[in-house]
Amino acid sequence: MRRKDVLDLDDFTPDELREVLETTAAMKEVLARPIRRVPPLRGKTIVNCFYEASTRTRVSFELAAKNLSADVVNITASGSSVEKGETLIDTTRTLQALGADMVIMRHGASGAPYLVARELDASIINAGDGWHAHPTQALLDLFTVQSRLGSIEGRRVAIVGDILHSRVARSATWGFTTLGAQVVLCAPPTLLPIGFADAVSTGLRAKGISTPCPVTMTHDVDEALRDADVVMALRVQRERMDAGLLPSLREYSREWGITRERIAKARFGALVMHPGPMNEGVEISPEVAYGPQSVIEAQVTNGVAVRMAVMYLLAGGRAGPAV
Amino acid sequence: MDVRNALEPSSEDAFEKQILDADGLRRALTRIAHEILERNGGSEDLILVGMRSRGVPLAHRLSSLIGQFEGALVPVGELDITMFRDDLELRLTRPAIQPTVIPRDLTGTTVVLVDDVLYTGRTVRAAMDALLSFGRARQIQLAVIVDRGHRELPIRADYVGKNLPTARHELVEVRLREVDGIDEVMLSSHPRSGTNQA
Amino acid sequence: MSNQNNDPIRLATAHGRFLGSVVIRGGRVIDPGQGIDAITDIAVRDGFVDSVGIGIDAPPGAQVIDARGLIVTPGFVDLHTHLREPGFEYRETIATGTAAAAAGGFTTVCAMPNTEPAIDTTAVVDFIRDTARRQGSVRVYVIGAITRGRKGKALADLIELATAGVVAYSDDGDCVTDSALMRNALAYSRTTGRPVVQHAEDRALTTGAQMHEGSVSARLGLAGWPRAAEEIIVARDCELAALTGAHLHVAHVSSAGTLDFIRRARSRGVHVTAEVTPHHLTLTDTLVGGHWWSATASLPAYDTSTKVNPPLRETPDSLAMAAGLRDGVIDCIATDHAPHATTDKHCEYQAAASGISNLETALGSVLAVVHAGGLTLVEAIAALTIRPARVFGLASGTLLPGMAGDVTIFDPDREWCVDPTQFRSKGRNTPLAGHILRGQVIQTIVGGEVICDRSA
Repeated sequence: MRRKDVLDLDDFTPDELREVLETTAAMKEVLARPIRRVPPLRGKTIVNCFYEASTRTRVSFELAAKNLSADVVNITASGSSVEKGETLIDTTRTLQALGADMVIMRHGASGAPYLVARELDASIINAGDGWHAHPTQALLDLFTVQSRLGSIEGRRVAIVGDILHSRVARSATWGFTTLGAQVVLCAPPTLLPIGFADAVSTGLRAKGISTPCPVTMTHDVDEALRDADVVMALRVQRERMDAGLLPSLREYSREWGITRERIAKARFGALVMHPGPMNEGVEISPEVAYGPQSVIEAQVTNGVAVRMAVMYLLAGGRAGPAV
Repeated sequence: MDVRNALEPSSEDAFEKQILDADGLRRALTRIAHEILERNGGSEDLILVGMRSRGVPLAHRLSSLIGQFEGALVPVGELDITMFRDDLELRLTRPAIQPTVIPRDLTGTTVVLVDDVLYTGRTVRAAMDALLSFGRARQIQLAVIVDRGHRELPIRADYVGKNLPTARHELVEVRLREVDGIDEVMLSSHPRSGTNQA
Repeated sequence: MSNQNNDPIRLATAHGRFLGSVVIRGGRVIDPGQGIDAITDIAVRDGFVDSVGIGIDAPPGAQVIDARGLIVTPGFVDLHTHLREPGFEYRETIATGTAAAAAGGFTTVCAMPNTEPAIDTTAVVDFIRDTARRQGSVRVYVIGAITRGRKGKALADLIELATAGVVAYSDDGDCVTDSALMRNALAYSRTTGRPVVQHAEDRALTTGAQMHEGSVSARLGLAGWPRAAEEIIVARDCELAALTGAHLHVAHVSSAGTLDFIRRARSRGVHVTAEVTPHHLTLTDTLVGGHWWSATASLPAYDTSTKVNPPLRETPDSLAMAAGLRDGVIDCIATDHAPHATTDKHCEYQAAASGISNLETALGSVLAVVHAGGLTLVEAIAALTIRPARVFGLASGTLLPGMAGDVTIFDPDREWCVDPTQFRSKGRNTPLAGHILRGQVIQTIVGGEVICDRSA
């Protein structure tokens, strides 16, 4: 992998994705060692720069960085100069001056890590930007499916929930389709991003990938789940009702919630995934979330290994002469 | 088989010369297997750890030789030292990581690291560093098919198939049936090409 | 290809009254206002057009300009210019904004009232007119606010503003969303005959919107600005113009569907006019996702220079804009020149200000449509001269003897690389940086005085 940043999966080639997945397998082995610390990022400074609160993702990145022997510094929006009106560019200049080698960035504005990546010599890993992308979450989803089902190509992946506002859905769609799977995005019509299927088809063609109908969008959950190998539920937030996008969570749950009855429509042994945190009983019923088909816990475990793989594979921002 | 002949051509000339043939390699491995048993008083608490890539088949061969002599099964580990290399910073892209398989906790064991060629010693340093993650071995020993000199670290091998004085621009290649389809050790000189990385 | 860097632009600040004399010989004179398209000469005497014809005498003391091989047209008229003064002088001033206009071939600009304070009193109108007289490089007309403080709550003193000299009313930057208030504005504007210029945007449909709603916004995860938000307001305002008999002017049309509403209203005799910007004629939303102009110039994804309101739309929309200019449903091209300081744009896309610094690239962009066959050269020039002048009833845009001697001379084939650091405008915000444009202004003449000269 020869890139400075990981901002989204839309520009990843299938080979690059496979390289990450293979490296992730190696990192899982490292995590199984009595001492799970390896030295490739020794002496590197990694800054966790989180403009949105997210304990889970931040801790996952922090553990990954420490397992690779990096020094980790955390910056969170609250309590820092961000509240005093320091702009993103100000913060970026500070990070540059302090000599960060890698910056893990979570930001509420879609595209914010792109701005920072242009300004900084350090590598940027996007840990979630607005509605746009969450590439490491998608990579851990790919890894989880690959290790459970053995393959991704030709699989049918149903993603059900608030697609419109979901960076997880967008990045997962790029990841799965780039490796030859078909993705069905299912949501109430008010929560489907118009034109996204076209955008992915166009992007895949530009990458030389010609899966027929890589993405379909539907509001019919039964159609979405039919023959699915993977069913991913997404969190539905209460704010969506205030914005008039949903009548009620009760209605959402009844019409789109992933229940045992609905899962039965998927392929036998289909995997159940959720990027967390879950609203049990809303987008997913507890019996499904904790049932035998659920790989939700494995997703969390694999998250550390995937992030170690991505951090290892990034050159660390100071590429020396080729050897 | 005459080492002096290999050294005589001027370093500017390209040449390729067989140092060990299949029989020679088999004899060297047999001798090393005996030496390991002799030095450790048997095969108890012994584990052979092959360093990727050619150290792995060599470790398996040593294990089966020891099995023939002793009737005991010596476990074999496979070690990838990529993440422990000291030259990662010098590379533009990160090298691929191969699986590491260490079959047991190393605490209290005698580990014999197995590699094909001992050169600067840097790979062995990385391997010893990597092994520490798997427990505190009682002893770590090193077995190689060829020791070609030019050490850059204070490291020496405990078991050597062949000591082979070389020039830096020369290349020592241990070819194995499992990987290359043939058993032999070659010394070559390609003045413009690279030398062993190890 | 000539680079703007090497061009000795001499930009005079016109302290006088634009009362120069000049004779321009041998150029292809295109003046759609008079139906002229011929190789001929033009004489300007003491600031006003004296005569047009081959071999005419040079007025005494006139500068002689050899325009052979060049296009000579009436000075361009821009109905939609943000000069930012008073209040936002760090973005643009009347001096820099009019210098940019001159560099782009515009001899008349209409200043939009989203200043601080807004242009809603005689005092602010007077300030702008005075400053323009003292520091301006081109002629400046003033547009007054529709509502007091542009707040969309109560009408500004529309008659007082007209008496002070405003040529139109607009709350541009914000839409007059209240239907009753818009009805009243249109009805009241009949007392002065000045058009009401609407920024058509149904804010309920554009909450948080950053760009056109479509596959690019879906991909980038940016909230979308649907076409319907513009069309709904235009449809409503056409009905209100019909109801009141007033003159509605639709600013910066961006959506193909809007044209249908305007066309339908026109066919019923409603007085509706419309303008389109150079960027809505030539650029689309794909730029927001990143674009390579050339091997050396590219736009990364989420580049804030692509953020503009209304947003860049899709190819069928931009094609419809050119078609609309051809068939007349769109009256003219207006730049919506919206300069911003670096800090307004050097930030997250969501935090960035909307707008493009447009005056200096407008001609090159419009000529791109001409070179691509979307408009004839005459249609393009009409849309920059006589047609906008007629929309606001300005005494400019044609070279009839006795009219102001405002002339633009350009080379339609001269290629130049857009380098915002060379802009006269303080606003360097353009998505065209590094792009090669074909067609450049050689001389801009205001009242017989050469204000911008790249002929050296």
